Amino acid sequence: MLKNRGKPCIEIKDATVRFNMAGEKLDNLKEYFVKLVKRELRFKEFYALKNVNLTIRQGESWALIGKNGAGKSTLLKLICGILTPYTGTVRVTGTIAPMIELGAGFDPNLTAKENIFINGAVLGHSRKFMKEQYEKIVEFAELWDFMDLPIKNYSSGMRARLGFAVATIVDPDILIIDEVLAVGDAAFQQKCRNRIRELQEKGVTLIFVSHAKAPVMELCEKAVWLDHGTVKKIGATKHVYWAYEHYLEETAN
Amino acid sequence: MKRIINTCMGWLRRFAMYRDLLVLLVQRDIKLKYRRSFLGYLWSVLNPLLSMLVMVVVFSTMFKRKIENFPVYLICGNILFSFMREATNKAMTSVIENASLLKKANVPKYIFTLSKVTSSMVNFVFSLGALVIVMIATKVPFRWNNLLIIIPIVELYAFCVGLGMLLASATVFFRDIKNIWGVITLAWMYLTPIFYSLGSFYNDSEPNRNRAATALGLIIRRFNPMYMYIQQFRYFIIQNADAWEVPTPELVWRGALVAAVFLVAGTLTFNATKNKFILYI
Repeated sequence: MLKNRGKPCIEIKDATVRFNMAGEKLDNLKEYFVKLVKRELRFKEFYALKNVNLTIRQGESWALIGKNGAGKSTLLKLICGILTPYTGTVRVTGTIAPMIELGAGFDPNLTAKENIFINGAVLGHSRKFMKEQYEKIVEFAELWDFMDLPIKNYSSGMRARLGFAVATIVDPDILIIDEVLAVGDAAFQQKCRNRIRELQEKGVTLIFVSHAKAPVMELCEKAVWLDHGTVKKIGATKHVYWAYEHYLEETAN
Repeated sequence: MKRIINTCMGWLRRFAMYRDLLVLLVQRDIKLKYRRSFLGYLWSVLNPLLSMLVMVVVFSTMFKRKIENFPVYLICGNILFSFMREATNKAMTSVIENASLLKKANVPKYIFTLSKVTSSMVNFVFSLGALVIVMIATKVPFRWNNLLIIIPIVELYAFCVGLGMLLASATVFFRDIKNIWGVITLAWMYLTPIFYSLGSFYNDSEPNRNRAATALGLIIRRFNPMYMYIQQFRYFIIQNADAWEVPTPELVWRGALVAAVFLVAGTLTFNATKNKFILYI
């Protein structure tokens, strides 16, 4: 990781992501054929991201800011490879630890222990590796007594703890965090921040989404402000956040 | 050529990386199926046994044409068809039901479809216990030949993986399929010689009397993949084959061909559409 510090690890060139509008989501055959005959297919499209350019270097920490629906999560999914761009290119080198919708992938009927293994496997870890790391994960999440409890009985905070603990067991090249710290209690938030710091010192690239000002300022040196799918401002966190706050105040009035 | 080899190697490496996920997902399905049930895994044996008993009682009073060793005949067809129904039904929703995982990380999506067909296969292997019980009860001798059932089982598995991938990708875009598939499998079941024999379509003494039935029999004989697998399987268990049945060696290669066609079609469809899944789940 350290040896690659400064080399571009995420290069997004002119990326556009297109959705069919939610209301126009065609999931039944009759509608599909009616639309096909009327030639109305692909009529209403929605661009979640428009011509986004972004280069992130190994070891940098970036914040993504913007209002709800501005395209932050879409950009993260693009980086993770979950979404593919409609036009443009996305090039990522290195391993990614995605923390999008923490705990969303848990099966509510399975116990926490079973979920840890499935979640680890989804992230591409072998079972052997997960067995070795299991104690460490439980230790970090501080949920010793609840490992044999089905996840459906967990609170959202407990789920987030577990999700964070699983996602950060390895030192990834790129760490992606999507507003997950808001759920845990103060002590756990502090613990997560410490872990993130530790990873940053090791040269991990951080991409962080949050609506809270303090963690953004604390953790990230650079920021991208997204608005309606386009990059509105890019640069040092201080400047970008100031402009964003200014914009919010203006639109509120 | 080199590019093809490279693509295949990349594909294999990715599969190896997520092999444990496949195992865990199969374990999850099996664990959850019988969690909090008193008899647990025993149900996988009891279920086909009990439904066979019901069908034996119903159909042995309905049909005049006698089928030799009807209980074994019936349970062979029934467990294979149930496997296909369960596997395709679960594979169909495998992508949409794992939406939360697919939105979270970049996992090969076919793993979920494959895991559903595989967990149904594990269930099927349990239900072979029921077949053994019926064979003992009806005094069918066990032979080494019986082990050849592995051929139709592997063929059917491949067939179901292919069909499952077709259904899974189609269901992402058109949820209607979920509703219609139950009806299709019902019709398919009646068009498969499970509780009747192919011979019942033909009239030995007056061959020209019922042409429609004969035509239907011919269609089933020629085009129904489930017939190919079930008849092979039965032949390896009880060596029954009257004049109307397709000779088993021919069924073996035909079944393999159909399975290969479905596997290729399923894989290609799935691959061509998988990047759009995320927009619809």
